[in-house]
Amino acid sequence: MLSKLKLSILIGSFLILAALPMVAESEMIDEPFYIDLMARVMIFSIAAMSLDFILGYGAMISFGHALYLGLGTYAVGIMAHYELTNGWMQLLVCISGTAFIAFILGLISLRTSGIYFIMITFALAQMFYFLGISLEAFGGDDGLPIDTRSEFFSFFDLNETWNMYYLILGTLVVAALVLWKIINSRFGMVVRGSHSNDARMQAIGFPTFKYRLAAFVIAGVVCGLAGFLLGNLTEFLTPEYMHWFRSGELMIMVMVGGMGTLFGPLFGAFAYLMMEDFLANFTEYWQFYFGPILILLVLFAKQGLWGMLPGKEDISDE
Amino acid sequence: MSEPLLKVEQLCKSFGGVVATDNLDFDVMPGEIHAVIGPNGAGKTTFVAQIAGMLKSDSGSITFDGNDIAGKTAPERSHMGLARSFQITSVFKNFTALENVALSIQAHAGHSFKFWKRASGDKTLIEPAQKILDDVGLGDKALNLAGNLAHGQQRQLEIAMALATSPKMLLLDEPTAGMGTEESEIMRKFLNDLKGDYSMLLIEHDMDTVFSLADRVTVLVYGRGIATGTPKEIRNNAEVRSAYLGEDE
Repeated sequence: MLSKLKLSILIGSFLILAALPMVAESEMIDEPFYIDLMARVMIFSIAAMSLDFILGYGAMISFGHALYLGLGTYAVGIMAHYELTNGWMQLLVCISGTAFIAFILGLISLRTSGIYFIMITFALAQMFYFLGISLEAFGGDDGLPIDTRSEFFSFFDLNETWNMYYLILGTLVVAALVLWKIINSRFGMVVRGSHSNDARMQAIGFPTFKYRLAAFVIAGVVCGLAGFLLGNLTEFLTPEYMHWFRSGELMIMVMVGGMGTLFGPLFGAFAYLMMEDFLANFTEYWQFYFGPILILLVLFAKQGLWGMLPGKEDISDE
Repeated sequence: MSEPLLKVEQLCKSFGGVVATDNLDFDVMPGEIHAVIGPNGAGKTTFVAQIAGMLKSDSGSITFDGNDIAGKTAPERSHMGLARSFQITSVFKNFTALENVALSIQAHAGHSFKFWKRASGDKTLIEPAQKILDDVGLGDKALNLAGNLAHGQQRQLEIAMALATSPKMLLLDEPTAGMGTEESEIMRKFLNDLKGDYSMLLIEHDMDTVFSLADRVTVLVYGRGIATGTPKEIRNNAEVRSAYLGEDE
């Protein structure tokens, strides 16, 4: 259960996000740039949250999660390239494609655990990265512009900044709600239990593998949706999103926000991207300053920013 | 004479050059408590792991309730009515006692691909779980985190979780491990109350527990069963005394 404080912060944040476009475009502020920035933050929030779903609750430390972000952008980009711009069709391809690939990769990687799982998810994602680089038809490592954004309804044109923004916000809210429900469902209890003690779960009668695999697929699909939005927002397709560096960034967002606290990574993504934006104003070597901050956070706030708030989250134990 | 509930024949398991289970024959009759004792490294825990399905046997057969279970996985054996407890306490520490037992019940209440309804508010899981906790005397601890319970209570919870799977037989791996005299006494009484309702394979170091509870005792040394008999016979067996009991006395 969430404490009242955390619930208020969460709802408050969503309300602020909902009001942001109006404020940013008002005459007083007039910084429409913030809309774009926050849209990006929200997309990475979705991706980080989906990673936390398997990493924090299921102890599946995927070091290749950004792969699904990339796959989502490729789904939009490749279809747009062939002038298949129907949003529903793109969405269907995106969901079934990421689900299929997550299923196959999960089938392989979930046979291992610990450091081997980390390495195998890393290696499999890198394979796709290099595949992306070698696909000259879609720009190779230069990437490819996406000329047309997804078309859903005639009255809901994604070329309108506000429409794009609210589509992302809506996806974020729905994803957060759905994942929260899943974590507390029977299914979620199985995933969390196998994090805590997989042998014990099997002894009381759970064939845990298929539940872990299903969780892995769910996380992949949600991250794929983030990629779908990212492709539309940036109007650009690039293998760079599948690179392990991106997967590492997602992990940092999870850690900064708080592992095993589903909503923490929303703030982790915000903090990370803001910090990047802020520090990059002063120096090209912003990571030099970001490093110590991350170390302090990991040392002194094991459950990240969200964990600093009072009210204990009922997360799976080590 | 009825058929044994569990029948193990010529069971073998070795790890590299180390033979952990050596042509072991063993059986448990319905309602019986059959204890396995032996010095450290005798292969007791390996034996339990083989029966529970966590370790694959090299050869030999395991028959449970008339079915050959050698090829079955641990969850499948759980569904057939075999429940095990662990030597090292392995309750889910960050779940409440109630959630621990509810999870056991959930494992036997159909598949768990149920994504929406809140599990901890599910009466079909919570009510029977509470009843089992009441039965084992942990009813008032239901909402405590399992990790915050006393060691002896965690061990009891562990057995409550096994009971929640409606087993035919309990595999208990040192239920009194790490307990003081007083806690051991409570556990002994607790197991004695279960006697008759469940068949048990009891691995135990504590001789008082073994000799007061068991109907039969098998002595395991280097993976071999060197003797099987009533507690009285075992106590008076010269080979056993030199191999094992002698060291203690």
